[in-house]
Amino acid sequence: MQDVIDPSILQALLLTTELATLTTFLLLILGAPIAWWLSRTNNILKYPIKALVTLPLVLPPTVLGFYLLLILGPGGAVGHLTQSLGLGTLAFTFWGLLIGSLIYSLPFAVQPLQNAFEAIGPRPWEVAQTLRAGPWDAFFSVIFPLARPGFYIAGVLSFAHTVGEFGIVLMIGGNIPGKTQVVSTQIYGFVESMDYAKANQLAGLMLLFSFLLLLPMTIWGQKERNKLSV
Amino acid sequence: MHGLNHIRLSLQKSAFAVEVNLQFNAGQCLALWGPSGSGKTTILRAIAGLDPALNAYINIGGEVWQDSSRSVCLPTSKRSVGFVFQEASIFSHLNVEGNLKFAVKRNQKSLSGEFFESIVRLLDIKNLMPKFSPQLSGGERQRVAIARALLTSPKLLLLDEPLSAVDGHKKDEVLPWLERVRRELAISMVYVTHSLDELTRLADSVAVLSQGRIVTQGNLLEVLSSTGDHFHRDSQDSSVLVEGLVSQSDPKWHLVQIAFKGGSLWLRDQNFKLGQTLRVKINASDVSITTELPRQTSIQNVLPGVILEIRHLNHPSERMVRVDCQGFVFLSKVTARSVDQLELRVGRSIWLQVKSAALLK
Repeated sequence: MQDVIDPSILQALLLTTELATLTTFLLLILGAPIAWWLSRTNNILKYPIKALVTLPLVLPPTVLGFYLLLILGPGGAVGHLTQSLGLGTLAFTFWGLLIGSLIYSLPFAVQPLQNAFEAIGPRPWEVAQTLRAGPWDAFFSVIFPLARPGFYIAGVLSFAHTVGEFGIVLMIGGNIPGKTQVVSTQIYGFVESMDYAKANQLAGLMLLFSFLLLLPMTIWGQKERNKLSV
Repeated sequence: MHGLNHIRLSLQKSAFAVEVNLQFNAGQCLALWGPSGSGKTTILRAIAGLDPALNAYINIGGEVWQDSSRSVCLPTSKRSVGFVFQEASIFSHLNVEGNLKFAVKRNQKSLSGEFFESIVRLLDIKNLMPKFSPQLSGGERQRVAIARALLTSPKLLLLDEPLSAVDGHKKDEVLPWLERVRRELAISMVYVTHSLDELTRLADSVAVLSQGRIVTQGNLLEVLSSTGDHFHRDSQDSSVLVEGLVSQSDPKWHLVQIAFKGGSLWLRDQNFKLGQTLRVKINASDVSITTELPRQTSIQNVLPGVILEIRHLNHPSERMVRVDCQGFVFLSKVTARSVDQLELRVGRSIWLQVKSAALLK
């Protein structure tokens, strides 16, 4: 492989996979309570919070990236904090990328989970309570298995969306090879420097890679849905 | 199962306030009766703590679940409650056995396998174990739900119109088992219904609700005979309930006599034991009136009484006559013409002929 493919391409692929996996994992953990709350509450705050969570869907990624750069950078609030903790700034680092990805893909995790929780309705949760299951028990033994298709969809969408992001990673990551250069920004770099052969190689690889990643997950998800609708 | 269940609730619904004070003996079945929207489900949910009332005192056989004056309010999962919902509530990701084990696993008491088996046998669901919810009939689902609730060893079983989602002719897939649960487990129940049949077959006492308030409350037989009004708005199937003891038998003709407050009645013998308590339903249309003691009649049960009230019914040809037999009120549906021809009027002494009585338990 290494003879055929540029090592910098492999590096970018690896970084992209790492970023997407970590983002997906964290988003499922963070998205579930948000989606749960949104699906159950009658609180008036539901609407502004829902709008806030959905914001990354409509905002140009560059706008998000710009604000994150300001906040995470040396002059920003978070930048101050991380510097005073001796961590430096998060801008142009992998962790900065991760924070950007989490925010950018949040609606793709929350929406399918909220749909799944709403489809289940309040009854199974109530039944679990009357059978002596406390809240955590009820969530993991009843809600999670019933909402599994929603978790699959949320996972697939978060992963795919993170792999496909460009504007925000360019703004916050800066396209530093080996550090913050992911596949999408690297392709852009190749095209900029007129290296169409490498851009082609990477784009093709990306196509195949995404397809092979999504295929088993969609088959799996369909099986789960079939099982539940027996 | 000694002690008293005391439930006092006050809460605000959008349309009206719910204010109830219910007391019944442990081991008894209290029915909540009333039109839809009168607050019955709200009360059950508040008792279970699913939507706790702001102001409440709930003491179930000595266990305080909620006491607003001392800021005590246990969450649902800490209340020893069983809840059977209106529609099927079987977890769809588990089979019947998984659903039952869900309850067993979370039961604080360590259950003997024997208890599990006895509940499974009681509700006759052994052959359903590997099935999932969509493979069950409506009646089977409710039987599983009842078994699952019982397996938490609840001190109070709440049932919210458990038969309303079961098709009419399939109700017999559930009701006999509910009667069995009543008979074999001395468990306190609050049963929400608007079926007279379920009420008379299961309840010991009844609270009649309207707009969140109790209109009348008490022993089922007394409430039914004194306030027939709440139960028979359409008056087409008006009836009274008679509960009495088997006082003698006539083996030659296969009959038994039951003695009750208002007199005695002969019934078909179905291997009853002397002293056994029976409950029978007598439809108003099976009771006729004569002004003289009938001597030549095929009807076995003739009781003397005094007319209390003659009421108009929906159809102008019909009248409902309430008759007092030594303190017990019977209903008789007769034609308006008979009332005229026999000169029936309030206060007149007459004889009732009871043509048939349906055995309830």
